[in-house]
Amino acid sequence: MQHGKYRFIVGFLIVPLTLYGLFVVWPFVQSIYYSFTDWTGLSPDFAMVGFDNYTRMLDDDTFWSSLQHSLTFALLLPVVVLGLALFFAFMLNVGGRHRKGSAISGVRGSGFYKIVYFFPQVLSIAIVALLFQFAYNPNSGAINSALGAVGLDSVRPEWLGDPNLALWCVMAVLVWSTTGFFVVLFSAGMASIPKDFYEAALLDGANRFTTFFRITLPLLWDTVQSGWVYMGILALGAESFAVVQIMTVGPGGPADSTNVLTLLVYQKAFRDGQAAYATTIGVALLVVTLAFSAIVMRLGRRERLEY
Amino acid sequence: MKTTDTPPPADAPGPAGPQDTPPAGTVTVRPAVRRTAPPAAGESRSGGVLNVFSHGVLVIWAVLVVMPLLWAVMTSFKDDRSIFTRPWSLPDSLHFENWSRAWTQAHMSDYFLNTVLVVAGSLAGTLLLGSMAAYVLARFEFPGNRFIYYLFIGGMSFPVILALVPLFYVMNNLGLLNTVHGLILVYIAYSLPFTVFFLVSFFRTLPTSVAEAAIIDGASHTRTFFQVMLPMAKPGLISVGIFNFLGQWNQYLLPTVLNTDPENKVLSQGLVQLAVSQGYKGDWSGLFAGLVMAMLPVLAAYIVFQRQVVAGLTAGALK
Repeated sequence: MQHGKYRFIVGFLIVPLTLYGLFVVWPFVQSIYYSFTDWTGLSPDFAMVGFDNYTRMLDDDTFWSSLQHSLTFALLLPVVVLGLALFFAFMLNVGGRHRKGSAISGVRGSGFYKIVYFFPQVLSIAIVALLFQFAYNPNSGAINSALGAVGLDSVRPEWLGDPNLALWCVMAVLVWSTTGFFVVLFSAGMASIPKDFYEAALLDGANRFTTFFRITLPLLWDTVQSGWVYMGILALGAESFAVVQIMTVGPGGPADSTNVLTLLVYQKAFRDGQAAYATTIGVALLVVTLAFSAIVMRLGRRERLEY
Repeated sequence: MKTTDTPPPADAPGPAGPQDTPPAGTVTVRPAVRRTAPPAAGESRSGGVLNVFSHGVLVIWAVLVVMPLLWAVMTSFKDDRSIFTRPWSLPDSLHFENWSRAWTQAHMSDYFLNTVLVVAGSLAGTLLLGSMAAYVLARFEFPGNRFIYYLFIGGMSFPVILALVPLFYVMNNLGLLNTVHGLILVYIAYSLPFTVFFLVSFFRTLPTSVAEAAIIDGASHTRTFFQVMLPMAKPGLISVGIFNFLGQWNQYLLPTVLNTDPENKVLSQGLVQLAVSQGYKGDWSGLFAGLVMAMLPVLAAYIVFQRQVVAGLTAGALK
């Protein structure tokens, strides 16, 4: 029996673990090792160079500006996206007119809103980025011609072509594409808060503002916190890569005004043939990501509310 | 998030919640109080103003979400000239030839076929391997169990791009670069962390007695898993399957790095490729037709299976 059990365990774990180890864990370990070498990626020969890549990185202006943009994403995007999503979800679940028989209710048509808000979530980020690239086109794009249609002909920003605006344009697309998911997520969380709490609060004369901050938010805090970490990881990682790589000129431009760490790793490794230096930047990204998660978990620690 | 997904017991005492909740007694007399004391007139008027405001904001966001999508659909039926001169006007006639041009000349049909092949293979593999690993980790005690579990779920919080640089050369050495089966294996490997995390907690919620009965009846562990446990785990498999389907169908980063052969491109990178090449040719209407073509099936599937999709995508975060 015991023998059979271990054979079964090994038999079931061997394929998934091998695959995972070979394609995920091993490359991670390798990349940290490569960051101490001068490997180009083009030839198999390389030598250990100690911390050379790291000192080079600290002197690299592109690295610093990319880091700054990535940090802007990681700090601002979760606040904006989660703030919007909490507001919408509260409106959809609690914000409605008082109706007979229930103390709280969502606004009329809340089911419809939830379906529509979720649309961007099922689309590929690549499709979304392409779509908005055209919408931002200064001459024939949807946004500037809409501005023209309402008489704002003189205001025709260059959007993605303007170094001061491009980063904000990219962020707006990320907000557009991720908010709906959190609306639906928070709605599900709010639906599981017992109605009694709201009824009691309303009886005590609490308005909707107080209800939100004293009942909804504290009871939803765990979901908000994991959403925060999730959104931050997205903003630092794959989502920002796709949006910046597809939408911006260069990509990463104009004048490095939108480059992010993920894109910089990609460019150094697969465009410039500096694989070792790319892994060094990747390690920096790893440190930033882990620090972000740790800080959010630490700051967000609250007393757990059981109900 | 245990506090949000446990349904409250029927007799949940009110005061266990936030500090300002009144004692349980108030809650129980609620019906009588409510009937005798309707909200004051002034309060309901301010509620009305707030209602108009909140409804307005909700409508604006809905318009912001739908407008770009409608604009894309509209544009895909226009000819190139009117795309540039009148971006917001309705098409003068429905130019269906944009669609057929995108489907055949711009290789959208190939991209679709590649994506279907890759996603079908990787989704089946992810669910099979993920549930096998998760079952063993959830139900069996053995040395290293915890370590393997955390090894898997650790993969969720690491930046994928860091692994991609060496992975490119690993794949190259194995002869898997730019191949469909290579991409399938990579998709499976990168889908395992969330799948294992989700299914481990799902298998833990299933009763042990059924599996024990099967073992006593002489079924092997393997047979118990495939004939008893997997059918019981169907709701969890559907949720995590939808999650992985969308993630793999929409995947952009992995194929961009590991699948650069024009022959094997999947939908998302094919469209980006199309945007570059059509830009030279000036065939914008064909590109928009391609975009809409890629967009509509997923949106249609979402509207039909809306409930399951939402459950599948939000389940992980609420667990």
